[in-house]
Amino acid sequence: MSARPAGPGAGPGSDTSPGTGLGGEGEARAPGTVVQAGGPVVRAGGLTAPSMGEVVRIGTQRLLGEVIRLDGEVATIQVYEETSGLRVGDPVVQTGAPLRAWLGPGLLGATLDGLQRPLDALADAGTWALGPGLEAPPLDPTRRWHFVPVRGPGETVGPGDQLGTVAEHGLEHRILVPPGVGPGRLGPIDERDATLAEPVAALETATGTELLHLAHAWPVRVPRPARRLPAEAPLVTGIRVIDMLFPVARGGVAVIPGGFGTGKTVVEQSLARASDADVVVYVGCGERGNEMADLLASFRELVDPRTGAPLLHRTVLIANTSNMPVAAREASIELGITVAEYFRDQGYDVALLADSTSRWAEALREIGGRLEELPGEEGFPAYLASRLAAFYERAGQVTTAAGPARRGSITVVGAVSPPGGDFSEPVTQASLRLAGTFWALDTELAHARHFPAIGWLRSYSLYVERLGAWYREAVGEEWETLRTQALELLARERQLLDVVELVGVDALPPEDRVSLEAARLVREAFLQQHAYDPVDAARPLGVQLAMLRAVLAGHRAMLAALHRGASVDEATADPAVRELARIRSWPGEGIVERLEALAGRLGGAA
Amino acid sequence: MTLSVHRVTGVNRLAGPLLVMHHVPRVMLGEEVFVTGQDGRARHGRVLDVSADLVVVQVYEGTGGLDLRATAVELTGGPFRLGVSEAMLGRVMDGRGTPVDGGPPVTPLRTIDVNGRAINPAARANPADFIETGISAIDLLDSLVRGQKLPIFTGAGLPADALAARIATGARLLGSERFATVFAAMGITRRESDAFLDAFASSGALDRLALFLNLADDPVIERLLAPRCALTLAEHLALDRGMDVLVVMTDITAYGEALRELSTAREEIPGRRGYPGYLYTDLATLFERAGRVLERPGSLTVMPIVTMPDDDITHPIPDLTGYITEGQIVLSRELHARGIFPPIDALPCLSRLMNAGIGEGKTRAEHRVVADQLYALYARGRELRRLIAVIGEAALSAGERRLLAFADRFETELIAQGARRRSIDDTFAVAWQLLSRLPRDELTRLPEELLDAHWRPPEAAP
Repeated sequence: MSARPAGPGAGPGSDTSPGTGLGGEGEARAPGTVVQAGGPVVRAGGLTAPSMGEVVRIGTQRLLGEVIRLDGEVATIQVYEETSGLRVGDPVVQTGAPLRAWLGPGLLGATLDGLQRPLDALADAGTWALGPGLEAPPLDPTRRWHFVPVRGPGETVGPGDQLGTVAEHGLEHRILVPPGVGPGRLGPIDERDATLAEPVAALETATGTELLHLAHAWPVRVPRPARRLPAEAPLVTGIRVIDMLFPVARGGVAVIPGGFGTGKTVVEQSLARASDADVVVYVGCGERGNEMADLLASFRELVDPRTGAPLLHRTVLIANTSNMPVAAREASIELGITVAEYFRDQGYDVALLADSTSRWAEALREIGGRLEELPGEEGFPAYLASRLAAFYERAGQVTTAAGPARRGSITVVGAVSPPGGDFSEPVTQASLRLAGTFWALDTELAHARHFPAIGWLRSYSLYVERLGAWYREAVGEEWETLRTQALELLARERQLLDVVELVGVDALPPEDRVSLEAARLVREAFLQQHAYDPVDAARPLGVQLAMLRAVLAGHRAMLAALHRGASVDEATADPAVRELARIRSWPGEGIVERLEALAGRLGGAA
Repeated sequence: MTLSVHRVTGVNRLAGPLLVMHHVPRVMLGEEVFVTGQDGRARHGRVLDVSADLVVVQVYEGTGGLDLRATAVELTGGPFRLGVSEAMLGRVMDGRGTPVDGGPPVTPLRTIDVNGRAINPAARANPADFIETGISAIDLLDSLVRGQKLPIFTGAGLPADALAARIATGARLLGSERFATVFAAMGITRRESDAFLDAFASSGALDRLALFLNLADDPVIERLLAPRCALTLAEHLALDRGMDVLVVMTDITAYGEALRELSTAREEIPGRRGYPGYLYTDLATLFERAGRVLERPGSLTVMPIVTMPDDDITHPIPDLTGYITEGQIVLSRELHARGIFPPIDALPCLSRLMNAGIGEGKTRAEHRVVADQLYALYARGRELRRLIAVIGEAALSAGERRLLAFADRFETELIAQGARRRSIDDTFAVAWQLLSRLPRDELTRLPEELLDAHWRPPEAAP
């Protein structure tokens, strides 16, 4: 195994590339020793001026840990790996650096754990079981990348300025001057093949010469600097209930709470497949290994319709499954958002899909408990809300002042797993305060196999008004009107069903019975959408709107039939109305014309 | 690897399952220890916490009968390892893997740390092979696949063990000859474990069953070890020996209670209902051991049985189990009372891996849509059943009455199958009979071609 740093935080602060030899990591300082160990928290004594957040290596297996509390001589360390086997007196070696992510070519298509160990490369090398002390370079150190500069020698560049590009799976991977480096004057900078260890340029700054590499390290807990822009466009997902009723803005935050079996993961995976982001960072945090395997296998095969390449090529997978050490779960979320910021800074629209933030919060609770912190609500630490805020606020649409001007965004979609499906619990409530879109998953809908089980009465999107102009431009003037009509019809259905519960459907006036039938069509022909259906899994916005228009025309047609003296049964038996029930299975080719023709027939009946 | 074993006499504190010693150098976190009291009886323990002057040990058999002065603690220098071998099939062992059936000792092929190691998610093979359990409600509506973890949620007095035994003895995997079952009993009664043994004996499959028994009157803390031993043997059989292994673990609720007892003794901050905050993580370290590994032939399928206290599915143990497992089979007291076996309540059931295991070439091309159609109709029928309790059946339309009748038939003809085993073809035949009793245009989820091929209305009654 290489002597290179094994993950974020592995190298000392001066180390500028994951490809450089590590050499004297921590050797300048005498190691401290373990004084107490039990579970994922270890206490160490004898460290030399340790700092909060510093990464340390513990014991003969060099377990990765992070200093989270300092109390006189004793440092408290949360350990990211299984601690069984540790003994009092085992060495604790300081690295002098905080927990860091390595950012550079090689991230796209990779599968990483919460400590940025390359699970895919390890699997290829035959490592099928993960144990403590496993070390592997986060990015492939031997691969050569073809670097094409966009700046020349003698030019002045500063932090965030683009130096050049590397082609990675068809995406233009833009190599930037890392934040915090420069400004300065460029030395020689040539088109060349380089590994991550070889500098591609030198920068003469006021403080000396900085060698610039294709990759750099960034502390995961520190947001990368950027200037915020207000949201203006939606993240288009292909899912009707989302795009038409409860959209999320590019740069916005959506939360998706739901009890087990309501389809959080299926929605997250649908977004990873079909949303129109340039880069998708998918964080499987404390969830199932088989799901990650499924995602990985299907993303290798599924083709991104926009590029023709496998979906995996625009995806970074971070997998910290539920049986992997709990502290690394927390790191996985921070690693994910840092990788997302890195691509945002290059000017890309990034979707960060986190499944599930509750497991992250539980990791905080578990560590807090081991530290004997005074618990807040339901045993969660009192700082739960501020930690969640620090994470979600890293979403946003930004512009870079550096050249050339770029606009990028991170849209965060956080799944929440409330115990017992009860949304009053602390993680759901704290997340709701931070989110602009709320997709409330409903257990009853899931049991009736209504998927996606996003409940229309509780869900909301605060972005609707802001996105109105975009929708008018992109899909037509009617969107807001049709959306309002659909939601009103569904709300009316709820009221009517309450009445039906008491007096039966026969007691309702014909108009209301027709409204019930129309609401059923909205639910079954429009809102339901099978995530694995070969034609219906994701529909373009224009098709979605045409479907909604047709279904609502069905409602008007039935009302018109009543006015002409038809009975309820006759109104609902109209063949054009019956046809609406099957529009979901219509193939994509020519579907808008077909739907318009159907809406015309329905309107014609009026 | 050090072989230096040392021994300490005299301890400082005994409380519940915990033993505390002062000043023991070089103790390892997680180390296995032997504890012997004045009575000469050897007990087993595991180191939970080490510091410069204190060592905390959990004693699996409890600290009853120990005293502070004469208790001797022997350190073994490493974690507990189970000796495993294919010869353990056909044997009955206690919760730590020692044979208790009077047979000869097992000669292990190798010894393995029972805590296991997480499977690299990138090295997992995607579970996609249908297991025909012979139970219609599972095969048709919530199919089980090789490498899945699918629990049975049950209530006190419901026949979950009988169902698990039916699945274990009746399951067929296309093309698999090497099928084995490992059974981990945690806190169940001898009657329940005997019933499981009898089911295997009567199907002539005893030589493909290994049992790890920690019964209701066995040491409580040892319940934490029994499932780990079972899974360790299962992993060996599946991943080293290429077998398809089903692990049945019962009862997870008793396991959770043992974990809570230990956590309380350690004076940890409790989470929901007194269970420790790490209950999710701990259960995950059991259930996540299910799966398949790329380029290895075997598979490990896990079927935990969870008794929902007071039939409450939101209780922390079923709730957290549901968040970890890939679906759930839920039993219903009402169906059981009506004599329906298996009493599976289809609505809350789910199999997350079903889509990968069904369809053309695996079961039937129309499997998914037929299951969805049945679900949608049954859900509406159940909703109407609730409604008529308030407004009476007379207020229903003719179509609604058809749906109500459908829900009844769904339960008595499709779910109920008594002692019969149904092949997947038999199950589909029953499903189409049910669907054919409804008007064709009410089956909106089924494509026209499919209805042409299978929808056959019964002869119109005079």
